[in-house]
Amino acid sequence: MHELAITVIGPDRTGIVADVSEALAGVGANLTDSTMTRLRGHFTMTLICTGPSVDEASAALSSLGDVVTSVRSVAPESDKPDGGDPYVVSVHGADRLGIVAAVTRVVAAAGGNITDLSTRLTGALYVLIAEADLPAGSADELAEQLAVAAAELGVEVTLRRAESEIL
Amino acid sequence: MTAPVAWDGPEGKVLPVVTAPATVLSTVGDEVDPADPAVVRLAADLVATMRVSPGCVGLAAPQVGVGAQIFAVDVTGHPKAATTHGAFVLCNAKIIEASRWKAGREGCMSVPDLTGDVKRAGRIVVSATLPGSGEAVEITTDAFEARALQHEIDHCAGKLFLDRVAGAHAIYQRKVYL
Repeated sequence: MHELAITVIGPDRTGIVADVSEALAGVGANLTDSTMTRLRGHFTMTLICTGPSVDEASAALSSLGDVVTSVRSVAPESDKPDGGDPYVVSVHGADRLGIVAAVTRVVAAAGGNITDLSTRLTGALYVLIAEADLPAGSADELAEQLAVAAAELGVEVTLRRAESEIL
Repeated sequence: MTAPVAWDGPEGKVLPVVTAPATVLSTVGDEVDPADPAVVRLAADLVATMRVSPGCVGLAAPQVGVGAQIFAVDVTGHPKAATTHGAFVLCNAKIIEASRWKAGREGCMSVPDLTGDVKRAGRIVVSATLPGSGEAVEITTDAFEARALQHEIDHCAGKLFLDRVAGAHAIYQRKVYL
């Protein structure tokens, strides 16, 4: 079955998630994975769904008015984890250009695959939290490289294992 | 020293583990009669199934398809454990004291693909009865054994860790399979 990748961005308001999902349900879209958050007051929703054609989904979303949408057909991907050890990278410090680029480049160069990331700017404070799958045994060296990058950026960085207890 | 609650019942048989979505995992388990031979057999089966499952430190009856308030726990040797009571089975367990709340990421054999951040008490007192003898016990424990007991008591109440995750971005694809 083909999948659709949909993004919806617009001014946040009460009921916007219900409106988007209702419009998609109306054309038989089955939402699989989705994420929604507010970014500086903008409503943002990114989702994968199955069911309707691109045209059907686009038409359904066009009724929403004050939002920017994109609808594309995508080939299904495996959602099985690629392996590696789960780690969390936390960065915080004074905002400046290039923090995300520099930190994520260091992680990528170590073979780390970022699986989740958010950043927030509040006042002068910039915060980045990322989840990454790291190649086995690479964490200590990456921690040193991140410390070097963080010193150049003038921010604090910590790398810690995302431990989970299976009960 | 063998803890007084340690399981020393018969050998059980290994049962298949139920995974979500399954109604039994979201149903409040029935209280059990700890002296009932069927309950003792179920206790033995829970211990046997827990022992053959890699990394498994606890298993509740709903996870083997039985809506009943009984579970097995064994955190012996776990690096995060402090107080331990060996392998034991509790019936009709209730938490009577809970303190030292702490968030931690946990997963479940019945939700094999996800983990989630869940706040649990780091110190608890549990009252329960032992299968077979029906003896009433109070167990005081902490750290990882406390987390495991809360997780299993939740199963007996029809709750999964998913019912307790800290927020919308507090569930994760599980990356480490045991």
